[in-house]
Amino acid sequence: MRNKANHLRRNLADAIATSAAALAVIVVLVPLAAIFIYLVIKGIGSLNWAFLTHTPAPVGEQGGGMANAIAGSFMILGLASLIGVPLGIGAGVYVAEYGRSWLSKYIRFTADVLNGVPSIVIGIAVYGLVVMRQGHFSALAGGVALGIMMIPTICRTTEEILLMVPRSVREAAYGLGIPQWRCTVSVTLRTAISGVITGIMLAFARVAGETAPLLFTAFGNQFWNWNPNQPTAALPLQIFTYAISPFEEWHQQAWAGALVLVALIVGTVTLVRVVTRRGMFRGA
Amino acid sequence: MGVGIDVRGLRAWFGKFEALHDISMHIRPNCATAIIGPSGCGKSTFIRCLNRMHETVPDAGVSGQVLVGQRDIYGNGSSAVEVRRRIGMVFQKPNPFPTMSIYDNVAAGLKLNGVRNRRLVDEAVERSLRSSALWDEVKDVLKKKSGASLSGGQQQRLCIARALAVEPEVLLMDEPASALDPISTSKIEELIFSLKEHYTVVIVTHNMQQAARVADYTGFFLLGSLIEYDETKKIFTTPGDKRTEDYITGRFG
Amino acid sequence: MFHGIVLLCAISVLAILGLIVYELIQNSKLSIDAFGWKFFTRSVWDPVLGEFGALPFVYGTLVSSFLALVLAVPAAVGVAVFITDMAPRFLRFPLSFLVELLAAIPSVIYGLWAIFVLSPLLREYVQPWLAKTFGWTGLFTGPQYGFGMLAAGVILAIMIVPIISSVTREIMEAVPRHQREAALALGATRWEMIRIGVLRNARAGIFGAVILGLGRAIGETMAVTMVIGNRPEIAKSLFAPGYTMASVIANEFSEATDDLYLSALVEVGLALLVVTLLVNTLARLLVWSVTRGTPAASHAQ
Repeated sequence: MRNKANHLRRNLADAIATSAAALAVIVVLVPLAAIFIYLVIKGIGSLNWAFLTHTPAPVGEQGGGMANAIAGSFMILGLASLIGVPLGIGAGVYVAEYGRSWLSKYIRFTADVLNGVPSIVIGIAVYGLVVMRQGHFSALAGGVALGIMMIPTICRTTEEILLMVPRSVREAAYGLGIPQWRCTVSVTLRTAISGVITGIMLAFARVAGETAPLLFTAFGNQFWNWNPNQPTAALPLQIFTYAISPFEEWHQQAWAGALVLVALIVGTVTLVRVVTRRGMFRGA
Repeated sequence: MGVGIDVRGLRAWFGKFEALHDISMHIRPNCATAIIGPSGCGKSTFIRCLNRMHETVPDAGVSGQVLVGQRDIYGNGSSAVEVRRRIGMVFQKPNPFPTMSIYDNVAAGLKLNGVRNRRLVDEAVERSLRSSALWDEVKDVLKKKSGASLSGGQQQRLCIARALAVEPEVLLMDEPASALDPISTSKIEELIFSLKEHYTVVIVTHNMQQAARVADYTGFFLLGSLIEYDETKKIFTTPGDKRTEDYITGRFG
Repeated sequence: MFHGIVLLCAISVLAILGLIVYELIQNSKLSIDAFGWKFFTRSVWDPVLGEFGALPFVYGTLVSSFLALVLAVPAAVGVAVFITDMAPRFLRFPLSFLVELLAAIPSVIYGLWAIFVLSPLLREYVQPWLAKTFGWTGLFTGPQYGFGMLAAGVILAIMIVPIISSVTREIMEAVPRHQREAALALGATRWEMIRIGVLRNARAGIFGAVILGLGRAIGETMAVTMVIGNRPEIAKSLFAPGYTMASVIANEFSEATDDLYLSALVEVGLALLVVTLLVNTLARLLVWSVTRGTPAASHAQ
């Protein structure tokens, strides 16, 4: 049973397996590197002050920028946060604090389900809920769509974080005669606030890059718009429109916009991951 | 047949913490040797150094020599994988492979070693299950039941059979019965008596009565050092060191 | 009062899902009434005539997703195995972080990169080679544009690797240490330990991770839209352009001129929703069976 050939074969299998796995890592990281490199190479050229402050130039002309798209994105994301953050935190608090009720199980399950709904489907639903009723596209509709997408992430993170606050902290508060709700707000939440914030940041980063749900809610706009009830430009939307267009100048602008978008999103995710070791998939 | 183990100047550490200080002892072949001592004294660490399992923990390290049948398992020519083929181990918590049948569990080591011949494997499985006193209970359901579907005591005997199937020279047992009920425990202890004939058995136990029952020799560890090592009879009746005596009589630990 | 507020928030989550389903059903009624089940077996998609059949989109979604799985699963599992049980400890955080970065990149940027970098690469190097070597299978024939089913499959594969890899890692880490030790104590090499002590135990969960990846691929919109060619055709060759359920909605929704057209698109969306729900539920059950419902695992989306 202890023969040399067997040992050699097994060691060889071990070496092959390790090499194959290492190769898989390289194969996976190559596109990552390629994307970042191309973003920088192709985007940095068109990224200038004009890009960040001007609206799109007419077709065929050089120059212009995506200032309205960047601003529009912030407006839409702001609206989204108004919806997503309170509802997400509220639901998360409910599930954490009143976890034993039958309702909590349904909430958790529903949040998971909602998380898995394709973003384009959410776009369709919000189109029916808001756009059709209003008769026009709007930043508000876009905000509703993105806000809905933020809820599951924030709810889950809030719940997890609150559950991590040790019982001793709550019991100390109860011992002092503080009612449960007050305890939750003042004691538990305060201890957990940094975790809740990182959850919000991750949710924010995730929806900031979403295009599909905005296609027929915010719809996009070539000009400045500060009215939430009007179609509004958004950075991902603009990138999409420019990328599939036949104009070379627009392609360049698309790369620049992509660079800005990725910098913001990846920057946020990196910050959160490095500071808290809380990743996009764990607790998010 | 079993072989003797010669431990010379063994030191073991976890990161900066030194768990074993300069252990030297000779474990006699075809005997049962018990390692006793209070919690944290290093007995589990010690036994895991004998089959190079200690180093699988991150930041863990070992120095010194452990000669199993004249060959230093930490020497330049030895690989950990080969060492573990020659030295079997049974753990505190029974750990059969849950997705494998009883048959496959016992045969696992054989399959790894490239034994393909159906008849040889069947024979080895039966032999090992008989040696671990489990054969009669499972012979009809060898391939139908999974390893995890047995009771705790049966699972542990299955693990023993699994370890024996590859015909090791030494069998290490890290508190094999501490997670089991009294009946299973006594079955395992009976087993050790019969296993002694063919293997060298080293058993870690926190149960002194158990050591007194099954072991020919006993080593008493305290805070990472070997305090006393002698025939079991002597350790338990006329211990040479006061600390041994204190432990035996229950004054601590 | 406080209880009331948070309860309201919690119920709103249920309400939102309910509203989404309601809206989809409501707005697709026209199409459902007009075409019934045949909607999913017909191939004609003619907005002018008012004839709609979603078969090409279903086909496109399935083919692109499965192609993505074929490419992504070996890579993702390999990465997970490497990070969990092979790599030196100091590499774990950097490697897992980098793989997660892949998940942070928005779909539209994957699409942008696919149009201008991946597509030319496929056109110039990969497609000719595939046609020459495997053309006989009928899968790699026809004009080599760089766009089409193959491009969609490749970009999807890159996008779903992180989720499959991350969940697989969680599953592998959930396998108890004593199983690894059992294998090692028998004299297993490292790969053998991984094979019989970890992967074997994690089988169901890893399958679940793969299904999760499938769910993600099915619902993916932007990157696919940008490279698949957007032609509602069913073709055997992977070089041919195609269309997916998500893409047709993305491309045609805002152009839909009449109610039936819109309703047909919504019905496609409804089908997409149902399929993703089923797939994701199955996946979560499988993953949960190995990790026993630890919160982290059931988040994996």
